[in-house]
Amino acid sequence: MSNFASLTRMRIQLALRNKMFFFFSVIFPLGMFFLYAGIFAKGNPRVVSFFLGPVIALNVMGSFWGLSAMLVTFREQGILRRFHVTPVTAADMLASSILANYLLTLPTVLIELLFARVIFHVTNLGDLLSLFVLVTIGTVSFASLGLVVASVTNTMQETQVLNQLIWLPLIFLSGATLPIAYLPKVAQAVAVFLPATYLVTGLQGAMYSSLPVWKLLTQILALAIWTILTFFVATQLFRWEPESKIPRNAKLWVLATALPFFLLGVWENKNGQILTQAQAAYRSLDQPAKSDQPPKSDSMGNLPRSKKDSQPQQ
Amino acid sequence: MPEPILQVDNLVKRYGDVQAVRGVSFSVEEGEVFGLLGPNGAGKTTTVEILEGLRNPDGGYVRVCGFDPQVSSRELKHEIGASLQSTSLPDKLRVMEALRLFAGFYKRRRDPEDLLKRFGLEEKRNAYYSKLSGGQKQRLALAMALVNDPRVLFFDEPTAGLDPQVRREIYDIIEELRREKKTILMTTHYIEEAERLCDRVAIVDHGKVIALGSPRELKQRSGGNTRIEVKLAKPATNGTLRNLEGVVDAREVDGTYVLHTQRPPQAIVSLVKHLEAEGNELVSLEIATPSLEDVFIEMTGRRLRD
Repeated sequence: MSNFASLTRMRIQLALRNKMFFFFSVIFPLGMFFLYAGIFAKGNPRVVSFFLGPVIALNVMGSFWGLSAMLVTFREQGILRRFHVTPVTAADMLASSILANYLLTLPTVLIELLFARVIFHVTNLGDLLSLFVLVTIGTVSFASLGLVVASVTNTMQETQVLNQLIWLPLIFLSGATLPIAYLPKVAQAVAVFLPATYLVTGLQGAMYSSLPVWKLLTQILALAIWTILTFFVATQLFRWEPESKIPRNAKLWVLATALPFFLLGVWENKNGQILTQAQAAYRSLDQPAKSDQPPKSDSMGNLPRSKKDSQPQQ
Repeated sequence: MPEPILQVDNLVKRYGDVQAVRGVSFSVEEGEVFGLLGPNGAGKTTTVEILEGLRNPDGGYVRVCGFDPQVSSRELKHEIGASLQSTSLPDKLRVMEALRLFAGFYKRRRDPEDLLKRFGLEEKRNAYYSKLSGGQKQRLALAMALVNDPRVLFFDEPTAGLDPQVRREIYDIIEELRREKKTILMTTHYIEEAERLCDRVAIVDHGKVIALGSPRELKQRSGGNTRIEVKLAKPATNGTLRNLEGVVDAREVDGTYVLHTQRPPQAIVSLVKHLEAEGNELVSLEIATPSLEDVFIEMTGRRLRD
């Protein structure tokens, strides 16, 4: 077995023996799923379908927490040093943790799809190829972001602070928790600078509007470029030793990872495709459905209000 | 004469303004157990980590198994095995999994089952790393250093932090490897360890090799004198102890007077007489056979112990 494969196997074994992993990777995402599908969507299949994208996006983005924490722990405890005296490379180390993370995320996503179908009777799960592509690119890109976070922080405390700072805007401004079309105009203008927005709108497009891959190219390409860039930066900033310093050019590298979405954000604010699509999807919730299960109008009308009421508890 | 398997020439390493290694030179022949002996912070670990390819030197010439660690670190790592200081494994990794995982990284490998048996870890094969005792962890570390049947072994402070009984277990393991003619470079700050395990020793202090040779040679170089350590009630007048009959040399180290002699009984008699005449008193007296500690004291005026 190659080093990459055996390291991936180790990561999966370790994750399955870790109680925290079960909480953050299984219990928490499924909890969010039932919160949105059962309570906010009130079990209405069309609204459940609308929220499936954001719920899966949350699940996928969560990968960056676990990975940054794991890598920093490994470095702080001198575990990485032990691997450093073997022929294992930094790329082996990083790529295996991303693959393991991906393989561990897929089952939860499948369970969410299954529950949507069986419990909430969502007959149309959308374009499955688009869904698969976006889940894959999403997991890999946010995992790479986690590896960059681990490389620019020295201690677990610093890592957690930085994770919080990144996580909050990602989930509240991207449409992952509140529909993007429901956000104030200013927030929407900011949202298009965030990678998470493209993952959320992409997944929502795939699942709710059944958009094929070629209609989601903006999202897919943007995330793919960002993934390559972020992974490359993670390998450049990678440190085996607990006491080795953050490279001096680290800030430049980190800024480089923000560049693709900065440019895209500027362009989107002028020619806004993403936002129009998201707004159209949101408005369509109020229109009478063509599907065989028409939504009850009162539950539709209540939707934004119930979302707003629930916000402080987030 | 064949090339030494490990060669270090005028090695230099700086951390900011601090020079951790200041021109270290030595070489190790195949089948030899070579020790770097010195106090903490002498630059031993830095030297070893440069040889392992973990750190880059700021100057000097280094070859390990014919490779320059800075240039061919990947190839080199297939040829070496190491137990490091301040390292660890994931808590929830099992002993056998660790051996299998690491064996899998190499082109050449030994059967993990054999290593498990040899290092007395059979009963712990399915134990989590976090559940092992300090001694078991260290035995696993040594077993893991052997998974690729390496040409050179690096043991960095293999017994640091272990209690005496466990330390002797580790000695037995290293002595067995020595009988098998394994090439080992080890660091230690324990005199006993260097004397017992090493064919040759380099004494390192402040980033420099201050003496190099077999333990016997080094001890002879210090004159082969017995050391008498005395504590006195009042300080002795400068130089008077050195002129006593039977005493070759005397110096003060941390408030203790260290006398070197080839005839201990005579030295003690003349010391006691001298103290009586001076109105001084003996607080304690210890006799030690010659050891590498003497070499260190002679060269630096300090003790090796912390």
